Amino acid sequence: MIGEAALGGALIGVAVALLWLGIGHIAGISGILARMGEGCSRGRGWRASFLVGLIAAPLLYGLAGGAVPLPTVTRDPWLLVAAGLLVGFGSRLGSGCTSGHGVCGVARLSRRSLTATATFMLAAVATVFVSRHLLGG
Amino acid sequence: MAANLVALAAGLLFSLGLTLSGMIDPARILGFLDVAGVWNPILGVVMASAVAVAAVGFALGRRLAHPLAASAFHPPGQTAIDARLVGGAALFGIGWGLVGYCPGPALASLGLGLRAAWLFALAMIAGMVLAGVVAAARRRRCPG
Repeated sequence: MIGEAALGGALIGVAVALLWLGIGHIAGISGILARMGEGCSRGRGWRASFLVGLIAAPLLYGLAGGAVPLPTVTRDPWLLVAAGLLVGFGSRLGSGCTSGHGVCGVARLSRRSLTATATFMLAAVATVFVSRHLLGG
Repeated sequence: MAANLVALAAGLLFSLGLTLSGMIDPARILGFLDVAGVWNPILGVVMASAVAVAAVGFALGRRLAHPLAASAFHPPGQTAIDARLVGGAALFGIGWGLVGYCPGPALASLGLGLRAAWLFALAMIAGMVLAGVVAAARRRRCPG
C-alpha cells in the first residue's frame, strides 16, 4: 500500500517534470481543462492530448490486466453537483487545484501555492470533520 | 506534434500514478482528510513522493535555456497572495471535502463508467465557466 503510493506519487512527479522540461508548461489539471474552453485556440493541441492521456490511462491499465481500484463515492446527485460547482469555481478563482498548487507549486516553493495548498487542505479537513463527525453524514 | 506527444505521455503517466496509488478512489481521499476518524496517510505519501520527484524536474529546468520541445517556459505569472487566491482555495477545499473528488481523479474516472464522476465533472466544468464569466465581468467593470 505504502509502496504503491510512493510509486504512484513518483509517476505523477515524472509526469510533472516531463511536461515542464519537454514543453515548459505546469501540469495543473484545472487550468489545462479550463483553458481548453477559452477563445484562443493556441495551446489547445497539447492540452487536449494531456487530457486524452489522463482519461485513457486507467482504461489501458485495466485492459493490460492491472487492478484498477473501484472508486467508492456518494450517489447523492445534489451533493455531487454542489461539490463539482465549488471545485470548478474555486479552482479557477484560486488559479489552481491539487495538481497545479499542491504538487507543481509546492515543488517550485511558490509562496502562492504553499498558501493555497494549506488553505484548501484546512478547508477540506474542516468540511470532512463537519460532515462526518458533527452532522454524522 | 512533438509537444502533443510529450503532453499525451505526461497525461498517461499522471493518470497511471493516480491509478496505482489508489487516488482515483474518493473514499481514500476522504480517509486522509478525516483526521478525527480512522486516518489513512496514503494521500500524504503520494503527494510527498510526487513533490520530491517534481522538484528534481524543476531544478533540472533551471539549467535549460528553453524546454526540450518548445521555445519557452511558461511559469505562472501571478505573485500576489490575495483574497481571490485564498477564497478560491477555500471554496475548492470545501468542494473537495464534500465528496473526495478533485479535478484529476474526477477526469481519470470518466472512462470507468461511473455516473457520479460524470455528474461531478459536468458540474465542475459549469463552475469553471461561471468563474470565467465572473472574471470577465470584473475586468469590464475595472479597466486596467
